[in-house]
Amino acid sequence: MKKSICLYFQVHQPTRLRLYRFFDIGKDSHYYDDFANRTILKRIAQKCYLPMNELLLEAITKSKGKIKLAFSITGSALEQFDRYAPEVIESFRALADTGCVEFLCETYNHSLASLISGPEFEHQVKKHKAAIEQYFGVTPTTFRNTELIYSDGIGKAVYELGFKTMLTEGARHIMGWKNPNYIYSNDFEPGQKLLLRNYSMSDDIAFRFSDRGWSEWPLTAEKYVEWLHSAEGEIVNLFMDYETFGEHQSSETGIFEFMRALTGLIAKDKELEFVTPSRAAAKHKAVGELSVPQPISWADEERDTSAWLGNELQQDAFNKLYGLEEKLSILDDPALWGDFGHLQESDHLYYMCTKFFSDGEVHKRFNPYDTPYEAFINYMNVLSDFIIRVNNAIAEK
Amino acid sequence: MKVLMFGWEFPPHIAGGLGTACEGIVKGLAHNGVETLFVMPSASGDEDQSCATILNASDVAVQHVSDTVEEFLDKVKFINVDSNIVPYVDPEEYFEAIEKMKREQTKETTVGFGQKFKFSGKYGANLLEEVSRYAQVGGTIAMQHAGEFDVIHAHDWLTYLAGIAAKELSGKPLVVHVHATSFDRGTDDMVDSRVYSIEKRGMEAADRVVTVSDLTRNIVINKYGINPDKVVTVHNAVDFSGRENLQVDRGVRDKVVTFLGRITFQKGPEYFIEAAAKVLKRTKNVRFVMAGSGDMMNRAIRQVARLGISDRFHFTGFLRGQEVQKMFALSDVYIMPSVSEPFGISPLEAMRSNVPSIISHQSGAAEVLKYALKVDFWDVDAMADDIYALLQYPALSDFANRQGFDEVNALKWNNATLKLKKVYESVVNS
Repeated sequence: MKKSICLYFQVHQPTRLRLYRFFDIGKDSHYYDDFANRTILKRIAQKCYLPMNELLLEAITKSKGKIKLAFSITGSALEQFDRYAPEVIESFRALADTGCVEFLCETYNHSLASLISGPEFEHQVKKHKAAIEQYFGVTPTTFRNTELIYSDGIGKAVYELGFKTMLTEGARHIMGWKNPNYIYSNDFEPGQKLLLRNYSMSDDIAFRFSDRGWSEWPLTAEKYVEWLHSAEGEIVNLFMDYETFGEHQSSETGIFEFMRALTGLIAKDKELEFVTPSRAAAKHKAVGELSVPQPISWADEERDTSAWLGNELQQDAFNKLYGLEEKLSILDDPALWGDFGHLQESDHLYYMCTKFFSDGEVHKRFNPYDTPYEAFINYMNVLSDFIIRVNNAIAEK
Repeated sequence: MKVLMFGWEFPPHIAGGLGTACEGIVKGLAHNGVETLFVMPSASGDEDQSCATILNASDVAVQHVSDTVEEFLDKVKFINVDSNIVPYVDPEEYFEAIEKMKREQTKETTVGFGQKFKFSGKYGANLLEEVSRYAQVGGTIAMQHAGEFDVIHAHDWLTYLAGIAAKELSGKPLVVHVHATSFDRGTDDMVDSRVYSIEKRGMEAADRVVTVSDLTRNIVINKYGINPDKVVTVHNAVDFSGRENLQVDRGVRDKVVTFLGRITFQKGPEYFIEAAAKVLKRTKNVRFVMAGSGDMMNRAIRQVARLGISDRFHFTGFLRGQEVQKMFALSDVYIMPSVSEPFGISPLEAMRSNVPSIISHQSGAAEVLKYALKVDFWDVDAMADDIYALLQYPALSDFANRQGFDEVNALKWNNATLKLKKVYESVVNS
């Protein structure tokens, strides 16, 4: 049996909030920085999404369909593509048409609903599934939760929503002696298969590729294929942000040439083959159960949820937001539900993170605010206005 | 009566409240028939000179630096100042002022014979150096204008050395005006000893020390060891002429309780937050606002989040110009829970904007405001009670609002400066 190589890329863009002052509360309910969102999206489309999609389409065609991979595109990102760069959707559709690309399901707004609310989580999953069907004409069957957040309980909830395969992090503290290069099953639901990210090999591309201080620099496709050969196990799961290509690793670093060469080499290799996540689940048997009582994620050194809910600012904001769920459940105002979704994007909480010492560099890079406190103040001002609107809608009912 | 007055700034170019107070004093003195020759380190030329002749220290060449002054100046040649040691200045503005000053800093000028100093007149990194140079210029001015004044008046420690030099070279009596002391800027064990020694020297050399409140008067007597007989309180006033209250369309229906000022230890922000949490346990239709910035801001935000009230407790950051009026217009209750406040002009502004105020007993303003509600800064239960009462009982808030408005309108510089004139007369005639 050939060793499986499973590529999955995450596509997400947050709906950034505008500077929302106390004076705006109750007066102006437009919360988003449309200019920043448009500018950033257009830039990333030019630097990453469009060229990388084109590269992958060419590579798939050239390999006669041997190159396979998966995407997960959030609803928030799809909305922005629709609004600011519809050509990006076209290019993803072209990839979908090859039949070599699997689209995964997740929460529509890249939210943390799985950590607090069953009903809202289900709502977001269904909404995302419907969006993928609408945009790409395929029904997703594999699930990846926001930031690969997973626990036994979350896996079970996902299974009950009909997903027999789920992706998560091969976090060292839950793996112990286990090797991420095999497939495992959910501790509560033996029928659910888990694909675990090989973080070391994924980060070699996503983070270290252009690091001249790294002993393996420069990384060549040949060298990387050698590593894949020598990796013990049945499958190597390379999961990373799609913005790695052209954005985090700029085109000058040679990342595009590297990916072109790498996919070409693997497609021709006699011992390796590309698989999509659902194909991987069908091909491999689970070698054992994985017990994950506490949620894990792919973020930071801790691989837990502390990047979003680690301090009191984040917890208060999170609790205040989800405290509205009950009221919203009896309202069917699409504008309110739309804003509720955007306010759930995990990015807003990420900006409030105070862990600036070990992973601070990564946090800073993605943060539009100077300090976590500013992020919190701005978010709470927006949320306060939103709460007023929800209460008004309830009063009118 | 003619006075030679040393200030640090004067409207329109001001970084804090000292310039505003000086303008009020100069105008009030003019009303009372006192002529003022006002010296400032760096005048721009667009100051209102209808009530005083303004002398720009940067235009004055030092001609005869006497030995005594030089010797004296040698002792105070400290260079770097990196803490906020000026009254009424917001840390954010202070930081901006320093940054701006660094950019604009002119090349080092040397002290010499017939030399003009280019003063920044700001609160920059070489503040102490400027203070000592200002003293030399002060002495020169006193000699050049000898016979044109009867008394010398110096505002806050920045100008005390100039006042002393002027006194030494002219023989005229000196009044120093204490707007704040080192003990209002830091805790007892964090007092800047260089600033303290200048303050003490100024107070000792003065014939009279004027303080902005009895609270400050006590500090001057107890912490600087000044003879009580020569320390006189003249409470601040405020000039509201030409000011119309803003009409602002409210976005929120809830009542708003506002704290406006530097978010520092001295202002007691944590007591306000605790009181807010207590009020929110009893009533929901209220929001709390902390307007301003400062070194305790992040701690305050964490406290609010920990108490779980961040959907009802808002931070605006530092407010500028018109935004301050707007904030008052949006407020139903104003609160100043200061731990230590020489005077505290902000509740007067709030009351003038028809906002009933709660202030701490530990503020100078508490000595003059009868119609503000008063609590001890640490008594968060009493604070919560007062907030709740002002929100819930219209009879009380209407009364405080109406009476407070009249009360602050009556606090005029014309009255305060009449007292000041009497202080002048007492030293000139003795």
